[in-house]
Amino acid sequence: MRKSSRRRFLTAGLAAAAGASGLGVAASLANRYGLIPPDGGGLYGPGESLTYAAQRLLARHSLAREFPRSMISKAPFANSISPLNDAFKHMQGSDFVEWRLSVDGMVARPASYSLADLKSFPLRSQITEVVCEEGWSYIAEWTGTPLSEVLKESGILPQAKYLVYFSIDPDWWESIDMVDARHPQSLLTWAMNDGDLPVAFGGPLRLRVPRQLGYKSVKFVNRLMVTNSAKGFVSAVDPKSPNYGYSWYAGI
Amino acid sequence: MISFLALLITGVEILISHPRFYWGEVGNSLTAPLFQIPIPSSRATVPTRYGYVLPDQNGWSRYLHFEAAWALVLGGLVYVAYGLWTRHFRKNLFPAPEDRTWRAFRSVIAKHLRLAPAEEADFSSYNVLQRLTYLLVIFVLFPLVIWTGLAMSSGLNAAIPWAVNSLGGRQSARTLHFFVSICLVLFLLAHVTMVALSGFRTRMREMITRSRAARQERT
Repeated sequence: MRKSSRRRFLTAGLAAAAGASGLGVAASLANRYGLIPPDGGGLYGPGESLTYAAQRLLARHSLAREFPRSMISKAPFANSISPLNDAFKHMQGSDFVEWRLSVDGMVARPASYSLADLKSFPLRSQITEVVCEEGWSYIAEWTGTPLSEVLKESGILPQAKYLVYFSIDPDWWESIDMVDARHPQSLLTWAMNDGDLPVAFGGPLRLRVPRQLGYKSVKFVNRLMVTNSAKGFVSAVDPKSPNYGYSWYAGI
Repeated sequence: MISFLALLITGVEILISHPRFYWGEVGNSLTAPLFQIPIPSSRATVPTRYGYVLPDQNGWSRYLHFEAAWALVLGGLVYVAYGLWTRHFRKNLFPAPEDRTWRAFRSVIAKHLRLAPAEEADFSSYNVLQRLTYLLVIFVLFPLVIWTGLAMSSGLNAAIPWAVNSLGGRQSARTLHFFVSICLVLFLLAHVTMVALSGFRTRMREMITRSRAARQERT
């Protein structure tokens, strides 16, 4: 081995070692500051963690684009839903007056709300786009109760890290971090374009998370659970999820 | 290269879930497409001319697409920094002064059209057409494909709205992403063909080890 090439080999080796230990330090720092998503392990973990960490570091509080009224889609696409269960149909028959949204888990005051209760909170209207991971999209005006107001009422405990939200459709749920749970545009939506939220679009109650793709906006929401571990509720790694195999963070 | 192939395959898989393209901000199965690729879809909700639905591959495809994109972007940044540092772009890719005339340009094209045999100089350096193509790929097409891709991220739409608004909306961004990717695939095919025609083993050895020692073999 020639001298110059040995020196080059040593330099490259040192650089690689420095790089590897640098990565290790970065990973443990990222973990401490909550920048590793619940599906941040395995083959796709590095890419997923980079995306999540980059967006949380650079754009934690950014607001989803809101559009002028003239841009509301004349042909919004509801996408298909699986057949609804009897409990749902029963409540649909009486105009959802019996619909309840419960709040439990790591909160100081668990609670349960009817739709009328939710409508007594300060409401919010926003014209945002629904974007499906398949590529299509539409814009609508959504009116509802800010999720953050409802969570504030129950008092989130300091150790809380995730919000899991359930549909009346069994085995349909999603989870988000507390950044999105507290985000002003995360909306418990009960109206769409000057009317009640149609069932096809998730009525009577849908949690819209406009900074993430459509599959994080679960339809027919009836339960919020605050937790410090998303274990068992990560769309990507839990076979029970209808979005099994899909990344947990859908901001990309 | 591996990243590029991964991006291409997963990109096609994602495209199959909605092989319709639109212009502007919004578009879906209920609106008229700009154009539609005549293939079956992996979603039953997309109107196609086919009576069957392909299996859904979007879960792993999206994971791999974005991971490969990170690898490509980080690798690309290192390459561009290295190229600037070693003046590789200025020395080897920016057309030499004598080539910056229409006459030189015409002569290269004419040589190609006449299928003239390559000269010794052609093996050790890039001609003006190759140089301009490489510059276009490195400084126009790759930045464009990254930009149009990021313009489809809902999180980044919130963070940097002008990145998508300046393209005319997210459906325009998606359509442009598709066309720029096609350009990159065409470049890749042409590039691989030219490498193969000029001696695959020698070229690969040069690319990896930078040695020109093998040159004598062919003269």
